[in-house]
Amino acid sequence: MSFELLGEAIVAGVLLGCFYAAVSVGLSVAFGLLDVPQIAHPAFLVLGAYGAYWLGGFGLDPLLAGVLLTPVFFLAGLAVYRFYHATFERRGTDAGLRGLAFFFGVAFIVEVMLILSFGVDQRMVEAAYIGKSIAVGDLRLPLRMLVAFGVALILTIGLSLYLSGTFTGRAIKAVAQDQTALALMGADPVRVKQWAFGIATGTCALAGALLIIVAPVEPGLGRLYIGRTFCVAVLAGLGSMPGTLVAGIILGIAESIVLTSLGASWAPAVAFGLLLLVLAVRPAGLFGR
Amino acid sequence: MNSPCRGVPAMFAAIVAALSVFALAVGAHAQTKTPIRIGLSIAQTGPLSGAGKSGLVALQIWRDDVNAGGGLLGRQVELVVYDDQSNPSMTPGIYSKLLDVDKVDLVVAPYATNPTAPIMPLVKQRDLLLIGNFALDVNAQIRHDKYFNNQPWASARDSAAPFLGLCKKVGAKTIAILAADAEFAQNLAGGVRAGLKEAGLDSVYDQNYPPNTVEFSSMVRAIRARNPDVVFVASYPSDSTAIIRSVNEIGIGNSVKLFGGGMVGLQYASIMESLGSALNGVVNYNTWAPEKTMDFPGIKDFLVRYQAKAKQANVDPLGFYLPPFDYAIGQILTQAVTATQSLDHKVLAKYIREHEIKTIVGTIRYGPTGEWANPRIVYVQFRDIADKNLDQFRNAGKQVIVAPDAFKTGEVSAFNQVRR
Repeated sequence: MSFELLGEAIVAGVLLGCFYAAVSVGLSVAFGLLDVPQIAHPAFLVLGAYGAYWLGGFGLDPLLAGVLLTPVFFLAGLAVYRFYHATFERRGTDAGLRGLAFFFGVAFIVEVMLILSFGVDQRMVEAAYIGKSIAVGDLRLPLRMLVAFGVALILTIGLSLYLSGTFTGRAIKAVAQDQTALALMGADPVRVKQWAFGIATGTCALAGALLIIVAPVEPGLGRLYIGRTFCVAVLAGLGSMPGTLVAGIILGIAESIVLTSLGASWAPAVAFGLLLLVLAVRPAGLFGR
Repeated sequence: MNSPCRGVPAMFAAIVAALSVFALAVGAHAQTKTPIRIGLSIAQTGPLSGAGKSGLVALQIWRDDVNAGGGLLGRQVELVVYDDQSNPSMTPGIYSKLLDVDKVDLVVAPYATNPTAPIMPLVKQRDLLLIGNFALDVNAQIRHDKYFNNQPWASARDSAAPFLGLCKKVGAKTIAILAADAEFAQNLAGGVRAGLKEAGLDSVYDQNYPPNTVEFSSMVRAIRARNPDVVFVASYPSDSTAIIRSVNEIGIGNSVKLFGGGMVGLQYASIMESLGSALNGVVNYNTWAPEKTMDFPGIKDFLVRYQAKAKQANVDPLGFYLPPFDYAIGQILTQAVTATQSLDHKVLAKYIREHEIKTIVGTIRYGPTGEWANPRIVYVQFRDIADKNLDQFRNAGKQVIVAPDAFKTGEVSAFNQVRR
């Protein structure tokens, strides 16, 4: 593998990794901070992608569509968490596989709804930055991946600042550490968790728009992202926003180098091998407490 | 006092009543004749569903045509259909249910290679007639004598031969192979690999990628670094789109004279429309194209009827790839059942093996392994494709057939020249 090709692989890996971070950041909040087994997260991403596709039919740019859908997804997240809390958490039946089964059911419902509404064909969007590239010396970079890179940075930095710099953000971090202590301070842990889950779901609108910008989508696509998004969230250290970005970039670079040099078949093995290695050395993940 | 004449009307009434009861019974029997049940699974969800849904529409058109003509053996035809979700692990269970619970009379294979391969042991064990539905090489090892695949290519080697011929034609010496790590793509790539020596090609890149790959830029860069003359790609719909996009964005290099080969999805209307001009120059396999050499009797009439239904069903609006062949599956069964007046699998298999079958995709004769005796997979080159225009694909000249010679409607142009 030439030095030039290695450099290209690293740059491509960083861009890909940022995309992975963007699609995983909501899961880092829901699963990492709230301990909610949000296996429907990739299904919400696909829903966000279809939302961008639908609004694209009215001439809206997919990124703008993602931004406009974010509050809608936030409200949907509030509703889903409230239902989950009422039916599982409050009764104490969320433990083990039951909570997982609930979100698996949600994912299935989302997928079937999309099939019924949009059919099974794959869908794509059009935008000025899709299908084009910019040249940096000899290196040509796809613009859509640069967009993913920018959005991932904004999402992770924005969420980091929100969680550490605002009262509600600190409450979300607190509920992740000790719900009882938070309740004793006069805050309602359920409302804080509901708010956080809303944020996690809200990110799916924007990340979903990225999903359809980067590649075509079809209703069942979410299944492919379950392993990858959970891998990034766990590798990051549950709940760490900077960790999510770093973990995404590490996975992206590893995958890109393997795809370029060792052989494409090895890419998933290397990515998940890396996860096992990190967890063996640091069980809490790269940035875990 | 009883007169002998008084008994005549009574007897007449009794005869009329008896005849009426008999007529009613006969009529009722005719009406309650059980339908002929034909079972299959076909992807309605998952990655194969784009073609699967359109294929089912075609089979339903065939069923309606047959029933409108009085059915088969005087019985209506009923399709018993399950969605296998494009998942090969579902099909053995589905076919067991079709046979043991639904008690179907005949079975048609699932759409595509991957879901068909797992049911072959069951089919052989129960000695069933099975009409294959675009499955590549699934009977090569099992050698079931009642399997007849309706697909215009007989083996991976056959499908690769025209492409390797094109490699020679463009003067290629080196090839890069990129294939999805799944049955169909591997079979296709295997056919190309097997013929490299004969075609005088050196492989400079040969990789299989896992099915959940999202981004192909890295692989496209790695291929470009090897400067191949030909790039053979065997991929599935979403991968095909992503690969074409990556090639368009970052380039595949000026050395490439031939690009494509086995990319599933480039036959679907929605993908062709979305990719538009990015397809120009790509050479890819296909089963049918609106070119003058493929004007088989009945196919255009079928496509008109299919396209009307496709709009309502929200499926592939063109229907060139799979639907005519799925309609032809019905025609194979119609001809065999009508000629033999039987539903016996052994009798039907013997008929299909020994006779030519007339269908809208041409006259079919089967070879010893249940594949077409005269395969005719075609390779088309996308030419002068504009963006955002679905209707252009209905016209000749947009998918020019460049191989094999028997169906050729134009000479292949070098990919690097077309893209320039």
